Amino acid sequence: MGTINWFKYSSPQTFFPLAGRLIPWFAVLALVLCMWGLYIGFLVAPTDAQQGEAYRIIFIHVPAAWMSMFIYLVMAFWAGIGLVLNTRLSSMMATALAPTGAMFTFLALWTGALWGKPTWGTWWVWDARLTSELILLFLYLGFMALQAAIDDPRRADKAGAVLALTGVVNIPIIYFSVKWWNTLHQGASVSLMAAPTMAKTMLLGMLIMALGFWMYSLAAVLARVRSIILERERHTEWVAEYVGARK
Amino acid sequence: MNWGSWSNFWAMGGYGLYVWGSYAVTVLFMLTEIVLLLQRKKSIMQFLARMPRNHYGGVKDETET
Repeated sequence: MGTINWFKYSSPQTFFPLAGRLIPWFAVLALVLCMWGLYIGFLVAPTDAQQGEAYRIIFIHVPAAWMSMFIYLVMAFWAGIGLVLNTRLSSMMATALAPTGAMFTFLALWTGALWGKPTWGTWWVWDARLTSELILLFLYLGFMALQAAIDDPRRADKAGAVLALTGVVNIPIIYFSVKWWNTLHQGASVSLMAAPTMAKTMLLGMLIMALGFWMYSLAAVLARVRSIILERERHTEWVAEYVGARK
Repeated sequence: MNWGSWSNFWAMGGYGLYVWGSYAVTVLFMLTEIVLLLQRKKSIMQFLARMPRNHYGGVKDETET
């Protein structure tokens, strides 16, 4: 008694309504956190002594870059679980995570280019940090293209999982690239090992935006996985009943 | 942070193009993703409501196994 049977939610049928109930909460949290983060980022945080106002790109650049790496790890995790345990929902989660991860990867690159131009004098350089992040974008796009090219969803899951797991090696390369190689990109301002090297309000705004992006990702991915569940489980009785009740 | 005026705020100390170019594309992508997600849900629901039924009541189509 008193324990929750978590395996209950590993079935698409029981996860589907749970995800539906969670989405509005994550969406509201995302909106509130992003508004709060933008308030701090633009109205509380001071002008940077070296970069002037250009540094304010940090409030979306760093959270987008963190999400791009974090979502990839979560995607590879679920893809791997799906591959080993043959659980349908795990693979659906992996498929649902990819487009949002790809979007944050593109945004990290885009905001980085717009930040690089005024501070480094160039939109792009082929250095380790930027190149490995670009490879991350290609890994996401490759995962999505591979899955889209295979008609049988179970085979698409397996092929995608192999690609996703292989690509995991790129994540530590991105993360440590600024230490391992000489790069134009600055080192980490926030790390688990040392005290942050930035003003408190700047750091606070960035962390709140990162939480906001995280909540946004949860809402978006849960919404996408619900559609994927309906698409893949379309032959089942429970989907028929759900659609019937919604007519 | 006191910007003084709206024009100062939009100018971002001369970096307006870079700062607002970053934020505008980010907002655009997020809003587009939300619209695409809503459309996907709508389209699968319409498909499910329209298609012929199998003996479970679910959709009967060419990939039926």
